[in-house]
Amino acid sequence: MRNSTSIFYNLDWFTIFLYLILVFAGWLNIYAAVYNEEFQSIFDASQQYGKQLLWIGTSVVLGIIILFIDERFYNTFAYIIYGIVILLLILVILIGTETKGATSWFEIGGFKIQPSEFAKFATNLALAKYLSTLNIKMSDLKTKLLAAVIIFAPAILILAQNDTGSALVYGSFILVLYREGLSGNFLIIGVITAVLFVMALIMRNEVFNFPFDVQVQVDGTLLLIILVALVCSFLAYLNRKSKQVIVLMVAVFVASAGLIKSVDYIFNSVLEPHQSKRINVMLGLESDPKGAGYNVNQSLIAIGSGGISGKGFLEGTQTKYDFVPEQSTDFIFCTIGEEWGFLGSLVIIILFMALLLRIMYLTTRQRSDFARIYGYGVACILFFHFTINIGMTIGLAPVIGIPLPFFSYGGSSLWGFSILLFVFLKLDSDRMKVL
Amino acid sequence: MNKRALESRTLIISVVFVLIAVIFTIRLFYVQVLNDKYKLDADNNSKRNITEYPARGLIYDRHGKLLVYNEAAYDLMILPRQVPEDLDTNSLCKLLRISKEQFIRRIEKAKAFSYYKSSIFEREFSSEEYAKFQEQLFKYPGFFVQTRTLRNYPEGTAAHIMGYISEVTPDQIEKNPYYKPGDYIGKSGIEQSYEEELRGKRGLRVVMVDVFNREKGKFAEGIYDSTAVSGNNLELTIDAELQAYGERLMQNKKGSIVAIEPSTGEVLALVSAPGYDPNLLVGRERSDNYSMLNQDELKPLFNRALMAKYPPGSTFKSINALIGLQEEVITPYTRFSCNNGYRSGRFHMGCHAHRSPVDLQYSIQTSCNAYYSNVFRAIVDNYKSTERGYGIWRNYILSFGLGTRTGIDLPNELNGFVPDVDYYDRYYRKGGWSSLTIVSLAIGQGELGFTPLQMANMSATIANRGYYITPHIVRKVANKRVEEIDSSIFRHETGIDSKHYEEVVSAMYDVVEKGTGMSARLDSIEVCGKTGTVQNPHGEDHSTFIAFAPKDNPKIAISVYVENGVWGSRWAAPMAGLLIEKYLKGKIKREDIELRMLEGNLIEIPKKL
Repeated sequence: MRNSTSIFYNLDWFTIFLYLILVFAGWLNIYAAVYNEEFQSIFDASQQYGKQLLWIGTSVVLGIIILFIDERFYNTFAYIIYGIVILLLILVILIGTETKGATSWFEIGGFKIQPSEFAKFATNLALAKYLSTLNIKMSDLKTKLLAAVIIFAPAILILAQNDTGSALVYGSFILVLYREGLSGNFLIIGVITAVLFVMALIMRNEVFNFPFDVQVQVDGTLLLIILVALVCSFLAYLNRKSKQVIVLMVAVFVASAGLIKSVDYIFNSVLEPHQSKRINVMLGLESDPKGAGYNVNQSLIAIGSGGISGKGFLEGTQTKYDFVPEQSTDFIFCTIGEEWGFLGSLVIIILFMALLLRIMYLTTRQRSDFARIYGYGVACILFFHFTINIGMTIGLAPVIGIPLPFFSYGGSSLWGFSILLFVFLKLDSDRMKVL
Repeated sequence: MNKRALESRTLIISVVFVLIAVIFTIRLFYVQVLNDKYKLDADNNSKRNITEYPARGLIYDRHGKLLVYNEAAYDLMILPRQVPEDLDTNSLCKLLRISKEQFIRRIEKAKAFSYYKSSIFEREFSSEEYAKFQEQLFKYPGFFVQTRTLRNYPEGTAAHIMGYISEVTPDQIEKNPYYKPGDYIGKSGIEQSYEEELRGKRGLRVVMVDVFNREKGKFAEGIYDSTAVSGNNLELTIDAELQAYGERLMQNKKGSIVAIEPSTGEVLALVSAPGYDPNLLVGRERSDNYSMLNQDELKPLFNRALMAKYPPGSTFKSINALIGLQEEVITPYTRFSCNNGYRSGRFHMGCHAHRSPVDLQYSIQTSCNAYYSNVFRAIVDNYKSTERGYGIWRNYILSFGLGTRTGIDLPNELNGFVPDVDYYDRYYRKGGWSSLTIVSLAIGQGELGFTPLQMANMSATIANRGYYITPHIVRKVANKRVEEIDSSIFRHETGIDSKHYEEVVSAMYDVVEKGTGMSARLDSIEVCGKTGTVQNPHGEDHSTFIAFAPKDNPKIAISVYVENGVWGSRWAAPMAGLLIEKYLKGKIKREDIELRMLEGNLIEIPKKL
């Protein structure tokens, strides 16, 4: 008995409080999003909000169960849980049900379970376990490779399920690796690659005329390569005494030029047409208000029409009358924006920030590396979902179908996020047990 | 790397978190607070202003017979945003009976107008047509139906009086802010001149719709809604039966008939031939029919009664007689000799063979040219200068409502033409003309040009012995007599004593009893008239006749023009007689004359319609 009281005594109630608020707010907004005069009861189990209430209830039960399981369980069985999830991910490709083009669901007696929602938790567990092993150093190549294998194995399997959005989430683990000692250069390289990629996309179809009546035309890609060459030469000139830097700059230039030149190829041959179209729309290279841009346009209309204080609960015409697609799942933020306005949106952003920063704060008080690293993983996964999901509804990110944690309708995702968070809360509450 | 450096990375990551939150906040502030575009877009998405079109006013004839009513019609609307890409185009085309090319063209047109606003895809389906595709319509998202009303003319007569309605042009919308695209407006006839009475008041419903354009209830509890108010009904002065009879008499002829009730100025019939069935300019075939009518060489759209200018011919002699009496240059007993015409120096104007000399009575009865040449010259030369004399004469003409718009309540009425002094000064040079130069005015030829309406009005003026009431075609607006509303309807005086009229009237009575107008003679009614033959340089002369009856207390005054009918006595006079008989007696006794008139064909080219 003493043991269980100490769990609740050491539990971080502030995080629990934020969790409950987010889940409850999510539920209210799902109700508003699918609100229909015919089914007015908020508990109607035939409707999404009725079901979501069921998911919320079971999530809380799951959370309590997690809190009662010994904290050593998660550390000890991390790889086994990871292994099981990997098996499920393989299995789902073979016998899963296809929904909206993605084969990522098991259908069991009318209920649908999406293993990829639990894979994030399992991967985080395995990565934390691996990185907290004694004598592991981020600077070793072997460490980097193994960490990459742990992260990319599920990501590749999810990609094979045709669920690109969920696979991209695994990119967020790079922040965990960075925190654990991965060179910041990797992040910088990542950012530069992304910038070059986007610029190459924007400029690849442009033709520029030289100024001052010089009768020369350059196509955009070539101009971009010239610009990179100028920047590299300038940096090399500043450090002209260091041979290393000069060699590095040459390497950077060659890599950049290769990337820029291959963008055309990547865009045309690697990405699916609908994917390249979404990216084009987001970059403003294409306007397509009824096709790829329809969702974002309608989403912006819904959010933008909310004004400062919103139209009021159940008064959102854009969401209530189905102008916004996927409004209870991926575009749930539209309902918040429309019915609660800028102030309501701000409250939600503040709540998410409070949760993320609280988790980051909690990591600093962990004695065990396992718990600490696991905590980073939780924060980074939630952060990625938050950024991409809200970013896409307000036109700042491409339309990648991933849910807003604790808000979006869906049992698997709510269960997945709840498990992810409550395991960390369990580890945190038992932090004093670690020697 | 040391532990402390790594711990600082926790902070860096936290800063990245906050950075994103700040970016989101700024973006949200821009989208939600600073930018108004999305609020308008949201309204466009979910608010629909549904116009409730009022029923246009009905139109009755003077006896309460319905001439125009409204019939439900259905415009097929399209909202391009909701048309799915996999629309079953083939079956829809088949349903609407249009070709695939037309379909694509209309979709493009609708998209060009607006992607988010509905526009008309195909207009004016009849109830029967609508019934055929109504049940299938739900299969085609983005298409819906808006109810309109169309005009229907059960009698199929009086097309020129009624005019027609069609959609407002962008130009009209700009000029008059009342109109919105898709509204109908009167384009001619009383539909045009009484547009504001007939159109009624539009209603508006503001409703909320969902993404499938299904109505979800009133916007803001309906505080912006208003109900449509029907247009005012009109009662015309027209006698529908007389009008239809006039149109029948004029079939296969060109020309015009105008009949007026002298005591009130009410127009009883206004026929322009060839005419057309007003139902042609209604509904989906309107534009096709319109261009067909517009290209017809016989110009059926042209309202000759108001817009054709003919010289009055010999009918004008009555007026010159009146002016001569009033100016005291003649008395009823003044005689002039006529030896096959009028001679003055080398000038000669021919006349037909009749006994001579001629007094006023006989001059009208036999339509003597020489008599009126003398009278006209006496009037003009009664003053010191030709200019002054001519000016006096001209003012008398104008006082009959000739050469100037009568002010009838129909659009596009022509002025007619009586040359003024300046005109002759320019034509001959100042001082270069005399009463002899322009003597053809004496017999209603020369530069004179009057509309058939003006001629009927002249006839009414003689019938009234000296005045006329502004001719008008609408009797009551919403059961209110038009005289109470319209200040332009009043009594116009000619300035000629009524005793002089008695002389002319009795002469005109003789015209019909024993003169050139005997074919208009009726057993039981005293008809007064005057024939005319209008010289036509382009072909056969025009046959014309003015008449009124009964001689005392006249009920109807009439003018008839039959183009290429040669003599007034041949076509115009018998028709006038028949019309008078029809109007005053209700039925025709002289069926042989009627048959000859109905069967007469003065149009060489076979009629296309």
